[in-house]
Amino acid sequence: MKRYITPLVQSIPPSGIRKFFDLASGSKDIISLGVGEPDFVTPWRFRDAAVNGLELGRTSYTHNAGLPELREEIANYLHKSFGVKYEPKDEVLVTVGGSEAIDLALRALIAPGDEVLIPEPSYVSYSPIVSIIGGVANGIETFAKDQFKLTAESLEAAITPRTKVLIVSYPSNPTGGIMTREDWEPIAKLVEKHDLIVISDEIYAELTYGSKHVSFASLPGMHDRTIIVSGFSKAFAMTGWRIGYACGHPDIIGAMLKIHQYTIMCAPIMAQLAAMEALRNGMEEKDRMMESYNQRRRLIVKGFRDIGLDCHEPQGAFYAFPSIAKTGLTSDEFATRLLLEGKVAAVPGNVFGKGGEGFVRCSYATSVANITQALERIDQFVQSLRIVAH
Amino acid sequence: MSELQLKILELLKEDSRRDAELLATMLDADTEAVRQAIQDLEEKNIIVKYATVVNWAKVSQEKVTAIIEVQISPERDHGFDAIAERIYLYPEVKSVYLMSGAYDLQVEVEGRGLHEIASFVSNKLSTLERVLSTKTFFILKKYKQDGIIFEDRQGDHRMIVSP
Repeated sequence: MKRYITPLVQSIPPSGIRKFFDLASGSKDIISLGVGEPDFVTPWRFRDAAVNGLELGRTSYTHNAGLPELREEIANYLHKSFGVKYEPKDEVLVTVGGSEAIDLALRALIAPGDEVLIPEPSYVSYSPIVSIIGGVANGIETFAKDQFKLTAESLEAAITPRTKVLIVSYPSNPTGGIMTREDWEPIAKLVEKHDLIVISDEIYAELTYGSKHVSFASLPGMHDRTIIVSGFSKAFAMTGWRIGYACGHPDIIGAMLKIHQYTIMCAPIMAQLAAMEALRNGMEEKDRMMESYNQRRRLIVKGFRDIGLDCHEPQGAFYAFPSIAKTGLTSDEFATRLLLEGKVAAVPGNVFGKGGEGFVRCSYATSVANITQALERIDQFVQSLRIVAH
Repeated sequence: MSELQLKILELLKEDSRRDAELLATMLDADTEAVRQAIQDLEEKNIIVKYATVVNWAKVSQEKVTAIIEVQISPERDHGFDAIAERIYLYPEVKSVYLMSGAYDLQVEVEGRGLHEIASFVSNKLSTLERVLSTKTFFILKKYKQDGIIFEDRQGDHRMIVSP
């Protein structure tokens, strides 16, 4: 039936992660550092809020943009936590995960031929979505020596007259890199100068270690040029609930809402109720999980360095991104052999776009016992490579 | 108690086999400082013991546990402490708590069968001076102990690799 599929969709390659998933799923006794979601179950009180809602018969549609109380909580939360102000009425849209918000924003903004810039290595979805819409995605390579930050020089070099949107995602999946206010300032100037719109995926905003997250929308003049995309999956351990949101200028949010109301109608009400409980009474739970990630982050970074692999210090999210260049293997060879010979699953860096070759992404959202054992196995695997090489 | 000691206690409560070096890495602290802090906690008897939580139901040599509610008449000067000590020194006694409410001491007793516990209650506990009454409740199944679920069905249901 392939001939019925549009040439555009046919031309999009399947996710590199998918191939790895199939390989890992067929193997036994694997320790996985390949999981891109929290290892915590959603805290009980959030689950209970959804159960309670079901018992009370809250099973209807909600407002297309989401429950008004939830939008209010989101606006309060963003103001309190990151100093950005949004009007709950027409500047906040509740979506089915951050993923839907990204899709909506791109569909609202990108016409065929428009160019979208994406600092890479990056989350795997942006570029395919741009292509599906008919836009042109251009990766901007970032480097370990810069802690995978986006620099003004590389951004400016990538901008063309057709560039319309910049997608930034810090703290970064897969690198763990962050952007400070100083890092953002020259970027904001360029955004202004070249009249760009920024989709800022801040799904990992709560997961920073050391310095507090700086929302791109909080930079002077950037509020109206930014669409914040975020959600509850990472900070509140709610991946399966599929609740995210977008905040921005009413014109843009209004356009996104138009698509959302025809395609999705609204996010599921029970998940919205759980998300509301997370914002109202979940900060302590969130902090507890954060601290636990931080402890494991230190453990895994030290582990890689002890093994002799260069590993830049991840400042956010829950991924370490060690360099495996020293082993002489490509990312794909390394990850495949590590899986088959060392029984550890990690994601090869090349699937995350430019600049990812030579690295592997290792999630530390797994138990201390798993991390310790995985590090032992990686150590043995890397040593076995050395013995062969000499 | 220092912040560091509190954090160490939390991490050891999860797994008491974690060593000072691992704890130091996780807490971004000096290994020697962690070692000192643990020693201090041990000396002050804050860390009392590094014990193992066992699911005895899975061991063929079966054990029976009972909770006994004990009413006593307290002693002048010593209150409940002297009689509590008298009771907790029996090796079959696993825990003793002084309670508020309808009775005074909650005593947890372990034995190899019903008869052992019955004989403990009738021959030892009830005969103590100042023990006014006892009520014995046998535990049928343990689901969770010290915050640890014995048959955890939650598991890790995540996909092995995801973006």
